[in-house]
Amino acid sequence: MPLLKGGVEVADGWRALADAEPVPAQGDVVVPLARFLAEREALLARGGKLGVRCRNTDAVEVLAPDLHRIDLIALEFPRFGDGRAFTQARVLRQRLGFQGELRATGEVLADQLLHMGRCGFDAFAAALPDLVAEWRKAGASYRAYYQPATADQAPLIAALRGGRRTPLANP
Amino acid sequence: MYQYDQHDRAFLADRVALFRDQVARRLTGVLSEEQFRPLRLQNGLYLQLHAYMLRVAVPYGTLNGRQLRALAAIARRYDRGYGHFTTRQNIQFNWIRLADAPDIMADLAAADLHAIQTSGDCIRNVTADQWAGAARDEIEDPRIWCEIIRQWSTVHPEFSFLPRKFKIAVTGAARDRAAVRFHDIGLRLLRNADGEVGFEVLVGGGLGRTPVIGKVIRPFLPKAELLAYLEAIMRVYNRHGRRDNPYKARIKILVNDLGSDEMRRQVEAEWEGLRGGDLRLDPDLVAEIAGRFAGPALTPDPAPVRAVEDLPLIDPAFRRWLDANTVAHRVPGHRIVNLPLKPIGAPPGDASAAQMEALADLAETYGHDDVRVTHEQNLVLPHVREGDLPALWRALDGLGLAVPNLGLVSDIIACPGLDYCTLANARSIPVAQAISTRFADLARQQDIGELRIKISGCINACAHHHVGHIGILGVEKAGAEFYQVTLGGEPGEGASIGELVGPAIPAARIVAAVETIIAGYLAFRRPGERFLDTVRRVGVAPFRERLDAAA
Ligand code: SF4
Repeated sequence: MPLLKGGVEVADGWRALADAEPVPAQGDVVVPLARFLAEREALLARGGKLGVRCRNTDAVEVLAPDLHRIDLIALEFPRFGDGRAFTQARVLRQRLGFQGELRATGEVLADQLLHMGRCGFDAFAAALPDLVAEWRKAGASYRAYYQPATADQAPLIAALRGGRRTPLANP
Repeated sequence: MYQYDQHDRAFLADRVALFRDQVARRLTGVLSEEQFRPLRLQNGLYLQLHAYMLRVAVPYGTLNGRQLRALAAIARRYDRGYGHFTTRQNIQFNWIRLADAPDIMADLAAADLHAIQTSGDCIRNVTADQWAGAARDEIEDPRIWCEIIRQWSTVHPEFSFLPRKFKIAVTGAARDRAAVRFHDIGLRLLRNADGEVGFEVLVGGGLGRTPVIGKVIRPFLPKAELLAYLEAIMRVYNRHGRRDNPYKARIKILVNDLGSDEMRRQVEAEWEGLRGGDLRLDPDLVAEIAGRFAGPALTPDPAPVRAVEDLPLIDPAFRRWLDANTVAHRVPGHRIVNLPLKPIGAPPGDASAAQMEALADLAETYGHDDVRVTHEQNLVLPHVREGDLPALWRALDGLGLAVPNLGLVSDIIACPGLDYCTLANARSIPVAQAISTRFADLARQQDIGELRIKISGCINACAHHHVGHIGILGVEKAGAEFYQVTLGGEPGEGASIGELVGPAIPAARIVAAVETIIAGYLAFRRPGERFLDTVRRVGVAPFRERLDAAA
């Protein structure tokens, strides 16, 4: 699956672990939220970087105390019409101040990249032929927006009056 | 009305370009119909029985003459010469080709109009009191707040893929003409004990399969916190609203499942994290938006009143129209002129291109260039000088738009129904036409008095049948069209949901059934009692007996 991060396609160096798979001593791993909660101490103590994969029904707030030690959170769009992860992303970024990688997974449509980026996603695992081009195009869709969002902390709808630039176009 | 600036126009231009690209990708097959569907829906484009239908937003029901002419031009160029005003204060064109849609959007944008978020699972066009800025009982103009909500909700990155569509209505008056109790969120501007104006916030009202009256979750919200509070509600809904069944996906079901206390708790908790933040509405910003609504400077003008009082001596038809279709304005010497789009026997809410163009002229000449669309599928010229009424009346009469039937039997709301809509069980428009024709005699209509009939072709309730004094709902029985009839619904401040009067009635007998019900009312009513009052006093049982006897 192609992975877009920081506006370029990158290799995915993360290993997604299933529920019962043994945790390797080294390397960067992503574990499901339930497993993180069950094996929290051991996972945080190991060498490599740690990522957590949430379903879109999970209460991401449970990660609050550990967010500074988590490097990646993967959120899921099981169907493109199911927009719960947009709110999860904003809660993580805006309310809980998560600074690590926020990755969109599942059915990620080109026409949703803009919304995802504005909600705070900065990495996208998407089966799109030319992810970089799609990302550039999405970022250039609008010159400005009517409302503040996470990736473009704008001083309100009035920001439009100032003719603010599109943040995604300048990653 | 709200004046667009260069940024509003730039945004629309970008949107048109984006949509043009999406349509091109659909036409070349890059996008599947399934992938294209949410994109076209968020641009107001539906696939109907015979063609695409385009629903154009009329934000809070406000248009000017130039916009009305642009809509007329679209009706002529891309449709069959007419448009259909809807119960969402929007206008629909029923015969659109997909390939034309981007050009239509560009034509709309040239007149500061769009079709953004008139369908799809997102925040829809915000509706308001059609007499905003003119009504005598108004505390504050709701359109300023509607416009702020429109801007905030336009292409909102977080709330564009909600569990289901989401509708917000705002009223600033004592009388609720915007049916705020039947919206996902209803907002009422009111003054608190300290004299400060803020919002009462209602949540979880709605019609459809499960009609519910909205619950107050906050009795008083300071204006500056409006968007933060709305965002908090949307956030709770987006996370927890059901997505397993479209019939259970509206916020009313979530409010019902959680209970309004728990809903309030969750919303207020979310608001705690948002209040005072980015979304706080700075008074300067609000003043700037309010300034762009600069209404007409109406000067109190007591003199012409006498002229109006004299005129009935000249023409009794004018007097009937004046009494039935016009209402006192907050500025003395002016009237609010209502234009029912309900000529006897015609489809409710339809307007021809020629009518729209003529109305644009009249609005500019007599109405300070302000036209409103009502959720009752009528139009309004909200600011007319009394001295201009005779001339305006003559002109409207020539257009067939001076029938004095506002709020009467023939002022029927009807959805498109089986004539256009893929979801319909039964036809709505022909039933409305037949009832209107049966009660064509205006003296008879006036004797019956205020009576609001609403006809939906299926349980989606686009015509709000649950809140009709007489509600008519199309149902299908063994492949035939039947209608369920409810009595006693009311959308306003005394909100109530109509009660079923009996078993479904076959299409051939529906008009006669309405006649039987009205005859019952005339027999039961006490002096001065409206249809709704009588139904509330006697209940539905006596009406059912009469229907049974007639069957
Ligand atoms: S009520 Fe039903 S039939 Fe009528 S327009 Fe709505 S969905 Fe279509």
